[in-house]
Amino acid sequence: MMRFRTVTSPHVLLDASVGQVMRRVLYAMLPGVAALVWFFGWGVLVNLVIATAVALAAETAMLAARGKPLAPHLGDFSAVVTAWLLAVALPPLAPWWLTAIGVLSAIVVAKHLYGGLGYNPFNPAMIGYVVLLISFPREMSTWLIPHGVGQTQAMTLVETLRAIFVGLPEVDGLTGATPLDVLRTQMGLGLSVAEIRNSPVFGLVSGHGWEWAALGFLLGGLWLVYSRAADWRIPAGMLGGLAIISTVFYLINPQQYAPPWFHLWSGAAIFGAFFIATDPVTASATPRGRLIYGAGIGILVYIIRAFGGYPDGVAFSVLLMNIAAPTIDLYTQPRVFGARRG
Amino acid sequence: MSALFPFHGGLKTVRHKTESNTLPIEPGPLPRRLIVPLRQHMGNAAKPCVQAGDRVLKGQMIGQADGYISAAVHAPSSGVAAAVDLQPIPHPSGLADLCVTIETDGEDRWIEREPLDYRQMHPSDLRNALRNAGVVGLGGAVFPSAVKLNRGGHCERVDTLILNGAECEPWITCDDRIMRERAADIVAGLAIMAHLLEPREVLIGIEEDKPEAIAAMTAACAGTGYEVRVVPTRYPSGSVKQLIVLLTGREIPDQGLPLDIGVQCFNVATAYTVQRAIAHGEPVISRVVTVTGHVQRPRNIDALLGTRFADLVAQCSGYRDGVERLIMGGPMMGFALHGDDVPVTKATNCILAASAGQLTPEQPVMPCIRCGACVDACPALLLPQQLYWFARAKEFDKARDHHLFGCIECGCCSYVCPSHIPLVQYYRYAKNEIWARDKEKEKAELARQRHQARQERLEREKQEREAKLRQKAPPRAAETVVEAADREG
Repeated sequence: MMRFRTVTSPHVLLDASVGQVMRRVLYAMLPGVAALVWFFGWGVLVNLVIATAVALAAETAMLAARGKPLAPHLGDFSAVVTAWLLAVALPPLAPWWLTAIGVLSAIVVAKHLYGGLGYNPFNPAMIGYVVLLISFPREMSTWLIPHGVGQTQAMTLVETLRAIFVGLPEVDGLTGATPLDVLRTQMGLGLSVAEIRNSPVFGLVSGHGWEWAALGFLLGGLWLVYSRAADWRIPAGMLGGLAIISTVFYLINPQQYAPPWFHLWSGAAIFGAFFIATDPVTASATPRGRLIYGAGIGILVYIIRAFGGYPDGVAFSVLLMNIAAPTIDLYTQPRVFGARRG
Repeated sequence: MSALFPFHGGLKTVRHKTESNTLPIEPGPLPRRLIVPLRQHMGNAAKPCVQAGDRVLKGQMIGQADGYISAAVHAPSSGVAAAVDLQPIPHPSGLADLCVTIETDGEDRWIEREPLDYRQMHPSDLRNALRNAGVVGLGGAVFPSAVKLNRGGHCERVDTLILNGAECEPWITCDDRIMRERAADIVAGLAIMAHLLEPREVLIGIEEDKPEAIAAMTAACAGTGYEVRVVPTRYPSGSVKQLIVLLTGREIPDQGLPLDIGVQCFNVATAYTVQRAIAHGEPVISRVVTVTGHVQRPRNIDALLGTRFADLVAQCSGYRDGVERLIMGGPMMGFALHGDDVPVTKATNCILAASAGQLTPEQPVMPCIRCGACVDACPALLLPQQLYWFARAKEFDKARDHHLFGCIECGCCSYVCPSHIPLVQYYRYAKNEIWARDKEKEKAELARQRHQARQERLEREKQEREAKLRQKAPPRAAETVVEAADREG
């Protein structure tokens, strides 16, 4: 007589893993990252490398401290995704310690102290970003002027490394405000949107250079949705929400409020919609809930941009909606099979 | 063929039908010993009506239906009932159950078979005949068919009678072969079912990956008005709820019955046994079993109930090297067995001997990342990841509120889960816990009621006694004085 092992059904599974999902997120970021590197130089890549290294070190240390097996958890690539999401959002010449603090806040505090992968209520990368934004506002707003604006020469890799690890050289016209920052400050001076848009930092639709990065992230994001690594409802909800509210205000007063296409194409809107808001752990989990969750982020982003104290608001909006996700889930349960429709 | 209504969720699985569906159904062996469980159906186990030492004939009843939801069990061959005792049965628990062991005499001698003319019979007699012939659903749920053939008070009129030939489990082909080879008998059995239920329409649902079966059934249905409808190959199209949606667009109410929406559904093999039972007087003593996977020559075998799995594997020239798991049923919903010394029952549609290569290697379970792949896959429109959290946290009330009992345990959620969480197992666990608690509560309630009734009875008896005493002898003065003294003391 033969004896066999007994295991619960089903006995065949789809070839899928958390690592596969996370790796897809990384691949999908590549076109956008390439555009950022083109316009903002080596610093973008150096930030990615620093963030990845710190994230893997912190992840290893925390897993070891929590007595978790290293191989399966390091192999899930979630720490690398967090590192990349944060690194892409940092100024290209951010000092190394800024990146490190952000990543440590994300991995150690926001992720592992809350129970690790799957248990964190807040998007770790955005926690890291907000910690930096609040603690180091000057460093966080020192953006490089994109390639093609002004007369500055592109920095070499050595110059970039020196800037990041030693300090930024005092060169005029090297750094400047982001387009959304420009919009915000000049609006305060009473200029109209059309007048501000004449500044060389603006390109065809939104910020010069920035708009190409947004295109890259849109392409990657669409692939992410197509490959089912991200649910289409979250980006659709977020961009839809942002589009609707910005259209309403634009129609009310086009002098004072930037047009919807500008908002959709500016700052972290596209990147946030496809890569940040779609973090499933911290998002709503029901189909309808995900639309609402996304729309909430889109609307909050606009409110912060137009009326708040910061030029962009993706990080705060995502975190605010993270808090709301469990409640949204509770009230958006799908109609169960056999329940009356409607 | 008319428009179909898609169902939510489900999967495209890798098909393994051709391994076993190319050869005709082969008769099974006549083993020296048959072990026939008395519980081969939902509801109450059959009551044994033979004793150790009795001679039995092929088709002789050895277990009587016990109660309404039950069915009879018969001797699959002639011989001597050697024992009526506990024997291992194919069940996930590996526990034993009451079985009749028959030492066969090799003569395979039938009882007197009595064909019936169903058109002349009263419906309840016809249903009784089916019950006594041991006819149960052979799709795997083994629910007594006579119960389902009683319209009862569920609906004014049965709208649609559905015959289920979808067979969506990736490895099973017994229904495919039976439809190809016995289509006429299936349709004849279907006619008997239609006679009882008087439906407005009769539909036969078959997945599109079975063209030969579709052709055979279509030919057999010619002139009957029954309609063969081809459904897409999408697991779990063979689940009753999903098949009814596909064919009619209607959903069985949450925790309701098909009859609630005027639909009734039977497996094709069940229809075949109905015909054998009524038109030939042959009770259910065998069934077609797919033996497939990592065996030398996979095929379908018409096996006597009570034949050991090992004997059927031997008929397929034995295992190939490296069988890791023995599964009764398909890879999606079947359960793994400890060993192959268990008997074929009416529920045994498939024996899958799976090698490591045919299974998904066990992978470490990762935390749920709430990706929602399970939500997209769930044909019951549940939130599997939420149910998982509730089951894990033992928040059973919340699990129930989130429609845990709408889960059909099809396994789609586990199949797609990137974290490899055995989700279905969590739901089974939660369901069992809730059932156990409900039973416990019921018991406690019963005990409370019993206690209360006893208290009331004692009180009543006491009062009656006192009343009688008072009637016999009216209280005297002396007693009153003693009572008064007691009160003061």
